[in-house]
Amino acid sequence: MSEICKRMNGVAVKIDGVGRTFPNGVRALQEITLNVAPGEFLAIVGPSGCGKSTMLRLIAKLDQPQAGSIALAPDDAHKLAFVFQDAQLLPWRNVLQNVAVPLELMHVPKPQRLEAAREAIAQVGLAEAMLRYPNQLSGGMRMRVSLARAMVTRPRLLLMDEPFAALDEITRQRLDEQLLGLWSSRGTTVIFVTHSIAEAVFLSQRVLVMSPRPGRIIFDRKIDLPPRRAAQLRGSPEFAAQTKDLFEALRIESDATAAGSAA
Amino acid sequence: MKRILPPVLVLIIAVASLEVTVRWLGVSTYLVPPPSRVLEDIFRNAQGLWPSMWDTGFAAMIGLALSAVLGICMAILLSSAQWIQRALYPYAVFFQTVPIIAIAPLLVIWLGYGQRTVIASAFIVSIFPMIANTLAGLVATDPGLRDMFRLYDAGPIATMLKLRLPAALPQIMTGLRISSGLAVIGAIVGEFIGGGGLGSVVDVARRQQRTDVVFAAVVLASLLGLAMFGMVNLLSTLLLRHWHPSE
Repeated sequence: MSEICKRMNGVAVKIDGVGRTFPNGVRALQEITLNVAPGEFLAIVGPSGCGKSTMLRLIAKLDQPQAGSIALAPDDAHKLAFVFQDAQLLPWRNVLQNVAVPLELMHVPKPQRLEAAREAIAQVGLAEAMLRYPNQLSGGMRMRVSLARAMVTRPRLLLMDEPFAALDEITRQRLDEQLLGLWSSRGTTVIFVTHSIAEAVFLSQRVLVMSPRPGRIIFDRKIDLPPRRAAQLRGSPEFAAQTKDLFEALRIESDATAAGSAA
Repeated sequence: MKRILPPVLVLIIAVASLEVTVRWLGVSTYLVPPPSRVLEDIFRNAQGLWPSMWDTGFAAMIGLALSAVLGICMAILLSSAQWIQRALYPYAVFFQTVPIIAIAPLLVIWLGYGQRTVIASAFIVSIFPMIANTLAGLVATDPGLRDMFRLYDAGPIATMLKLRLPAALPQIMTGLRISSGLAVIGAIVGEFIGGGGLGSVVDVARRQQRTDVVFAAVVLASLLGLAMFGMVNLLSTLLLRHWHPSE
């Protein structure tokens, strides 16, 4: 019951026949149709230049599609947050002030926004670093601040564009676990772009694979693993089987694409 | 200590060798005065020189403050729209190429003799680096940070005050460093024609062939420039201490 209630916190995303061509003639996306359920954790995998980032930007309304439509249900643009590949912190503000930025821009009074920021910072385990400045933090800590800043508005849709790609493997795994914890406690819909198949399998309930130029969805599969996942899952045979399946499907698909373009 | 010692040693060696050469060759004092004579003048003539130095410094500082405020405002205006920048920037560049020595007499006609002309002159020569550097900073805002602000529907004023202007602070400080030296030069040029300060001291001493006094005034003017530069550096360190790798 509570699981269902939490899911209702998430937003549904309906993408219908979306295309985007850049002014320089590059076709970033072609005929993308996709439904994301409320509270779903969706991972998008694909090589560089397959339009994954463009898709997130379109959903966030930072860019406009030339064809098709994108709808959020319930339609509430303010309930959306974006975590970029770089932490994108303001270097002249400390951690607390950085996390409070979204609420400040939404004109939330100072005591409330600082309170919310403190809570979000504590959730990513950075309470002791509250007054430090970004250049005094490690890469992993900066990314956690960025995550706290995204969560501070209690978003119903979280868009993440290769957020942990620049981090070392151990830090990345720890952040993945933290993110899963946040997701299962909040019930937010998450769309997570990554290069790593293992990361996609570990995090998501559903994995999408995209092909480059023009970006198309070539593969869409549910991940058959329990919703509650811990670090030790990575060593389990079920995890290995899911990852292997995905690798194989990807290879067949990309061989077919290569043969298709050669012919 | 290790950082201060080398330049101080160079200074002592240069001054000492100049002193010895001038005395040994018997060069007339009105051509090149020995450094000891210049130093002596600075202290003996203290009542005349120090207040002049203060006058010049004050005018330069007011001129610099005006350029900082108006230069930043101008840069904000220029950065607000492409067409404004295209329409106005050429004139800012043109303004920069007008030689201050040629318009200083005009300033006297418009503003009269005295401090107002001197401040205006310091302001005119020091505003362009403020405009150019601030503008460069304002248009170079990180696109990712701008996206983040757009995501939360930040308006143009909030984006300017909370993102673009603070992000341009390092470039604003660079402009201020360049302008601080220029403001001293502008003040002295203004004083050549408008009267007062170290500029007048140089002008009067030149007519009396008191080369030693000219040198004394030049030394003080350089010290003034250094002091202004030092103050800007201090300000920059305070403002940027948390975040810029250059600090």
